[in-house]
Amino acid sequence: MDETTTSTGAGASCCTPAPTGPVPVEGPSRIDRRRFLSRTVVSLFGLAATGAFAEVLDEQHSSATTLPEHAKAAAPAATAGTEAKHQWCMVIDLRVCNGCKECTAACQKAHYLHEDQTWIDVVTMRTAAGEDYYMPRPCMMCEDPPCVPVCPVGANFRTAEGLTLVDQSRCVGTRICMNSCPYQARYFNFSDPVPAPRQPFPQEPTWPVPQAKGTVGKCVYCAAMLPSGKVPECVSNCPMGVIYLGDLVSDVAVNGMGQVIKLSQFLSENDAVKFKESYGTHPRVYYIPGHGQNLDTDQ
Amino acid sequence: MSTNSEVDQVVPASAPAPAGVDEHELMGVAMRPVVQTPRWWWPSVGVLSAIVVVGLVAWAVQLADGVGAAGYNNQAFWAIYEANLVAFIGVSYGGAVVSAILRLTNAAWRAPLTRIAEATALVTLPVGMLFIIPHLGSPQKVWELVWPPYWNLSSPILWDFFAVSTYLLATLVFFYLPLIPDLPLARRWLSTEATGRRADACRWLYRVLGGGWQGTPRQKKVLHLSIGLVAIMIIPLAVSVHSVLSFAFSSSSRAGYLETIFPVYFVVAALYSGVALVVLMVAAGRRLFHLEAYIHPRHFVRLGFLLVAFGAAYLYLSFTEYLIDGYSGTTDNASWVRQILVGRYWAPFWFYVVAAGVLPLLVMAIKRTRTKGGVITVSALVVVAMWVKRLVIVIPPATEPLLSSPATPGGNLAGTWGTYHFTWVAISITVAATAAIPLLLLVLFRFVPILPVTEMAELATETAPAEAVAAPAVTSAVLSPAPPGWGAATSLGRYGVAPVGTLPGTSSNGLSGPASEQRKWDR
Repeated sequence: MDETTTSTGAGASCCTPAPTGPVPVEGPSRIDRRRFLSRTVVSLFGLAATGAFAEVLDEQHSSATTLPEHAKAAAPAATAGTEAKHQWCMVIDLRVCNGCKECTAACQKAHYLHEDQTWIDVVTMRTAAGEDYYMPRPCMMCEDPPCVPVCPVGANFRTAEGLTLVDQSRCVGTRICMNSCPYQARYFNFSDPVPAPRQPFPQEPTWPVPQAKGTVGKCVYCAAMLPSGKVPECVSNCPMGVIYLGDLVSDVAVNGMGQVIKLSQFLSENDAVKFKESYGTHPRVYYIPGHGQNLDTDQ
Repeated sequence: MSTNSEVDQVVPASAPAPAGVDEHELMGVAMRPVVQTPRWWWPSVGVLSAIVVVGLVAWAVQLADGVGAAGYNNQAFWAIYEANLVAFIGVSYGGAVVSAILRLTNAAWRAPLTRIAEATALVTLPVGMLFIIPHLGSPQKVWELVWPPYWNLSSPILWDFFAVSTYLLATLVFFYLPLIPDLPLARRWLSTEATGRRADACRWLYRVLGGGWQGTPRQKKVLHLSIGLVAIMIIPLAVSVHSVLSFAFSSSSRAGYLETIFPVYFVVAALYSGVALVVLMVAAGRRLFHLEAYIHPRHFVRLGFLLVAFGAAYLYLSFTEYLIDGYSGTTDNASWVRQILVGRYWAPFWFYVVAAGVLPLLVMAIKRTRTKGGVITVSALVVVAMWVKRLVIVIPPATEPLLSSPATPGGNLAGTWGTYHFTWVAISITVAATAAIPLLLLVLFRFVPILPVTEMAELATETAPAEAVAAPAVTSAVLSPAPPGWGAATSLGRYGVAPVGTLPGTSSNGLSGPASEQRKWDR
């Protein structure tokens, strides 16, 4: 960095008229090609280093402000400090899921997805006692999403309202985000997307319909519908009321059957857990553990 | 380069040709691929070009249909192209190692091999880099990778791009620098020995690229210094390239990708497969362009030792990786290792163990097989088996089920493994890239001398005087009689090692070392 300051200093002195006396002989003539090149290289490295360092600092700073609640995971109301009006999350009550996959079907219909693009996937799990149960898996909307830093062109980003989205016009299709996601929540368009009619919103990260060939797509919590007060398709189409859309700021969540819950109370009373917490991703999907106890069927 | 036309007319007063080595005659051998067109040349170029064209057609099909045409799917998102990227960029390290490491260790026997080795590095690297194009889902947006406003500095892929581009530049410089003193020599040779449009074109090319070389002591000093410097720089550069390539995989939470061993593993794999490819290319060049008088069977045995050193290191790293991951009882690691050892990936994995793990060690350990033929056979196996090993590294973790419940280890319900399906598109593109390497080399050696004549002459004069008496001069020159000094130098040593350092404190690359130590090392 010393090199930069000296070279700019020399430039300034040669532009302004010399105040007194003759110009020192070893002024500009001392800058031969070799010296010029070495200074340029040093300055560039210095700039790159400061830039990268500033970015790292910035990242830490921003993650510190947007992650107010992972210290108090079960008390999500403590989101004071973030300016966004909402901090979206989901609650999935496994006690009432019967594995009908209506959520997946509704999602694929709304977003014009191929059959293998299960943005919300219903995974069959088995308890230690050998019982099968079903676990819907949308995007976890991680507070520290591993997919964002790995993208070489910065096509992944996290909004102020806590949604991780993909800019498909930017995505080049390296698929490294599919590698880094521990929840297998990302799906590639390996062929032409399902043709879609004209949409109410233009194709943008909050409403990536139709999908673009050769790019990555994933669950977006139907982000374009949220401002108009609509819940995501999977929430409104779940016949069992398994999936709740929640807002950590107002501490309220609602499911497709119109049941409204106080988020913090519901989570703490029902021992909510997060999926793969050990990966340090701080997911914003809260699971109420269970294996269909609240269903009428004998399971 | 040659701004003054005087240089063209006046034959540069280069350093007097070293006693015993006729640079002019040696250049005649080195220029044979440039001036002569053997009967096999056009048919070979035609067939190889046809294969490349088929690959391009396959790529066009992939462009139209999407990456799915190459057999990819959501549970096999990375497979053959990523393995190719690693394997092709990996083999380019062989040129750097044979040339740079052997230069730095003053191994004089390297001399006749360096040009072929460096050329191999030079052509394999761009071919490997090109695999980023079919790898991308939207190759029309590849420019975003070189567009600074879009750069995301925390991405390993971006750093891959930086590292590989820098390495490409270094490889180019490393090929060009030792070529400089040969160019005026080759131009003079062409003036006396060849006529025609091609010769004129080459003379023009050599004047543009190396017209300024006059062989003055200062030029020589600067050149030797630069070659030494680039040789030192290219080693950490290549290490960084292969390390950063591995970060693209290991910046993940997947069992099988999240491995601390990966950077070392990738570097050693690159060295191993790279030396094997150099052996193959040297063997081909020797056979096709009749360099038997200069490249001896002992050269192959020497390279064979280098090969097994890297092979043994790689076998050891593989062993520790699978042992430790397999030993850990965690569901993801254990099931991944089981898939490789006895599961669906057992065949390619054990093919690697036999062909590139154990066999090279055996072939080099047994005296009867420790021959030119043995080394070439083993190298061919290693190149193929190391490509297969890259598939075994890339594909299983990418097809791994991540959502299996803790109660179903190995995953039979939620945890179904994905499958990558090889398609004709992917295979055609891979075969086309493989064919592009000999094709580019054949074309390259239509324009540059295949032997580093100046370097060979220098090393021969340095080593000749003291040892020439002791050596039974093997001047079994097949085509042109080897210059006596050179013949003596290359015929020495049990493994084709020419002793170096007879002149105390001097060496070819401007680095100096005690002469006695070098001798000890070489014997």
